[in-house]
Amino acid sequence: MTARNRELIGLIPASLLVTAGFAGVFIQRANALSNISLTYGAIFLGLCLAGHMVIRATLPYADPYMFPLVALLSSFGIVMIYRIDATDARQQAQWFVLGLLLFAATIIVFRDYRKLEHYRYLIVVVSLILLVLPRAPGIGYEANGAYLGIRIPGLFVFQPTEFAKVGLVIFLASYLRDTRQVLVQGARRILGVTVPPLKHFGPVLVIWGIAMLILILLHDVGSSLMFYGALLAVLYVATNRLSFVVIGLIAFGLGAWYIGAHVPHINDRVQEWLHPLNANLYYGKGPDGSSASSYQLANSLFAQAAGGMFGQGFGQATLTIPGTHPVAFLLPAPSTDMIYAVITDELGLFGACAVLIAYLMLIARGFKTAVLARDSFSTLLAAGLSAVLALQVFVIVGGVTRVIPLTGVTLPFISYGGSSIIANLVLLALLLLVSDRARRPA
Amino acid sequence: MNAPITRLFGVVIVLFALLIVWTSRWTVFEANALRNNPLNKRTLISEEKIDEGKILADDGTVLAQSVSHPDHTYTRTYPTGSLFSQAVGYAITATGQDAGLELADGQYLRGIDTGISAIIGQLGGATQVGDNVYTTLDPKAQRLALQLLAGRAGSVVALDLHTGAVKVMVSLPSYDDNNNPSAPCAAPSCSQLNDATQSEDVPGSTFKIVTAVAAIDSGTFTSDSVLDGKSPLIVSGVPLENDSNTNWGPQNLTTALVNSINTIFAQVAQQVGRATMTRYMKRFGFYSKPPIDLPPDELIASRPFSSTTGHAFAPGSPNEDIGRIGIGQGGLLVTPLQMAMVAAAVGDNGTLMVPHLTDHVVNPDGQTILTVKPIIYSQVMKASTAQAVGLMMRKVVEEGTGQAANLEGVSVAGKTGTASVGATGSNLTEPWFIGFAPAEDAQFAIAVTIDRTQGEYGGTVAAPIAAAVLKTLLSEQHG
Repeated sequence: MTARNRELIGLIPASLLVTAGFAGVFIQRANALSNISLTYGAIFLGLCLAGHMVIRATLPYADPYMFPLVALLSSFGIVMIYRIDATDARQQAQWFVLGLLLFAATIIVFRDYRKLEHYRYLIVVVSLILLVLPRAPGIGYEANGAYLGIRIPGLFVFQPTEFAKVGLVIFLASYLRDTRQVLVQGARRILGVTVPPLKHFGPVLVIWGIAMLILILLHDVGSSLMFYGALLAVLYVATNRLSFVVIGLIAFGLGAWYIGAHVPHINDRVQEWLHPLNANLYYGKGPDGSSASSYQLANSLFAQAAGGMFGQGFGQATLTIPGTHPVAFLLPAPSTDMIYAVITDELGLFGACAVLIAYLMLIARGFKTAVLARDSFSTLLAAGLSAVLALQVFVIVGGVTRVIPLTGVTLPFISYGGSSIIANLVLLALLLLVSDRARRPA
Repeated sequence: MNAPITRLFGVVIVLFALLIVWTSRWTVFEANALRNNPLNKRTLISEEKIDEGKILADDGTVLAQSVSHPDHTYTRTYPTGSLFSQAVGYAITATGQDAGLELADGQYLRGIDTGISAIIGQLGGATQVGDNVYTTLDPKAQRLALQLLAGRAGSVVALDLHTGAVKVMVSLPSYDDNNNPSAPCAAPSCSQLNDATQSEDVPGSTFKIVTAVAAIDSGTFTSDSVLDGKSPLIVSGVPLENDSNTNWGPQNLTTALVNSINTIFAQVAQQVGRATMTRYMKRFGFYSKPPIDLPPDELIASRPFSSTTGHAFAPGSPNEDIGRIGIGQGGLLVTPLQMAMVAAAVGDNGTLMVPHLTDHVVNPDGQTILTVKPIIYSQVMKASTAQAVGLMMRKVVEEGTGQAANLEGVSVAGKTGTASVGATGSNLTEPWFIGFAPAEDAQFAIAVTIDRTQGEYGGTVAAPIAAAVLKTLLSEQHG
């Protein structure tokens, strides 16, 4: 069987999930199947099929499992979002259309993705500008004390970090492709530790500085961790020097510790993380008049506890506080940051594990692509994109499950949000481009 | 570059394993603690979605029921309003505030899903329907008691003395449990306290029943024992007077009870001794919260308190003025429920039953899933003692201070009390009547008290209420 037919068959689970999911939500809502809901599911599946046709036409050798896995996650996401807020789901579907257009455009324009290397400095500069945009006066906006997005009033809201992460990985892959030999060969041993030459390590230090700046300027621990983790991952793959990673982690740890202690917002997040069930923190009465409130994190844990092993069932979780007008969510941001907690509430530990395993399979295919790639840039690009995707899942799920302090990044492909769905579909397009070239018969 | 990629994937697997471990913590290992965390409003919200069972009176009158709302939530209403508010209590699911039987019987009212119905309920998302709780309360007698209190602060508690079933539990001031009881209501016209189980009243002469029981049952005295009823008598270094400072001279115990002679009962208590008095008080239920099916927060223990420190005495404390306690003074503070239990024990041949408000519980399928059986609290005294004291109490109603409790065709046995409360010379009294009927074959026990009257006597204001309520209870039983 050809890779593309395999991919087509791989879409069956997604189609079943969409159908069953929408049917489930509707049975729960109105005790009746609605034609509209099924049409809705059919349109979504049609979109997935269209995506498949694009790949079939342009990337015949690309990995056959990545697109079905993304379709599965996205369709799962749209069912969850629909269950939370039907209007959001329609918008998400529109974003998905736009995302697929960009996905196709990426594949067609960057058919030879290696020409991205020519623009690496342009890409990194644009990425950095994107990163600091949320702090720009007039268009930047703040959510829960972190500067996460920009808003053009009346037009759109946009989370630039989602796109910056792709740009930074492209830059790192390209830069380290050039310098990896020098970094390894020029390294000296100081006090038994292999230290890279400063001259070539400079740009890496710059990224460290960026990560710290994200912390200081944007108050965003999650994105900072994501970018920096991606840097270390690409650096490690490029040089195979564990000591570089260790030095990097220590540098990050020290910086984060210092900044965490001095930026009140980050300190608040750490306090919430350490004591989510403290009644004062819960009601937003942190010590010394801080604005820390562990309400969201505590309710995330309560939602997961309500789900238990098998969950309460699709459409069964308590989302809103009864008697509130307008309706107030019991768990704030249920369709974006907190969607993992809602999934756990409704589908339990088993459902949550299934989602995590789907991500792990997608990431595994990404790393597999990196292994198969025939040139360093492709390998580093595929490994970096896979790593950043893995880190994004870890940062948000880890935040929701209290492994690490909570920060607002989206759960890729599942969370509601245009920037997220579009940027991640572009990321997928790049992975498929690398994969197609790697698997093309010589 | 393949080896580091493999290792990198290993790191990703470890990170994801952490996520799964942490998710397991919240969904499985620490789930119960999280579900029961007081900050967790999910339990309350899910309770709002439960169609809780009704609370009903013994004749099927609905005292509390759930009303559904368009958003599939339920709230409680109380068709009888303030009539049963203290015993029934209230439940505001949105805030998790509840009281009275609504709290005490909450597990039945919410319904306990077991076995297959629990699983089906989870799959289908069907509304959880609670069980109906039938109480022992008698609406007719309850309404009469409330009418007879006529707006005065006070309490009426009536028990079926063979079973411990509470037939009447009224206290004023009251409140309407339909009117957002979470907002504290203003005394003196409104109170959420259940004075029948929570007030601290001076029992006065009604406590002489306890003293008489201790005296006769311990063998120290008989109902014919003669003591000197002189007035005043020095008790614990302070002169104690009879009512109107009457000097009764030598009188037997029965006459002393009929005429409520303070000095004789003070001597009796002193001679019976602190240890024996304490033993009998404990058997009657003093010194501990009554074992009734109301929330423990809504119950207090009847016991003597120090007038200097305000703290409760330890049982049998040498600092207790046992002579004055023997006549219901000396810092003794009681609940009307406790005094009804005293009368009930005498009426039931010395056996004190555990008082209860819940009679039986019926699930939505109509099956009775719980029937509250009578439980003996203690054998307070020998049956012969109970008969002797019962006879003395009958004489109180026939010839003494309790004549207003006389009923046509039914004999009542009882004891009045008129405790001085407030500052010396204030003329404030706490009138009481406790008793049971019919005297020869007791069915119901009662305690009536009215708070802080201007010099009214138990025999004139409390006894008629007791008589009327007992009459209603008896007529209903035979009718």
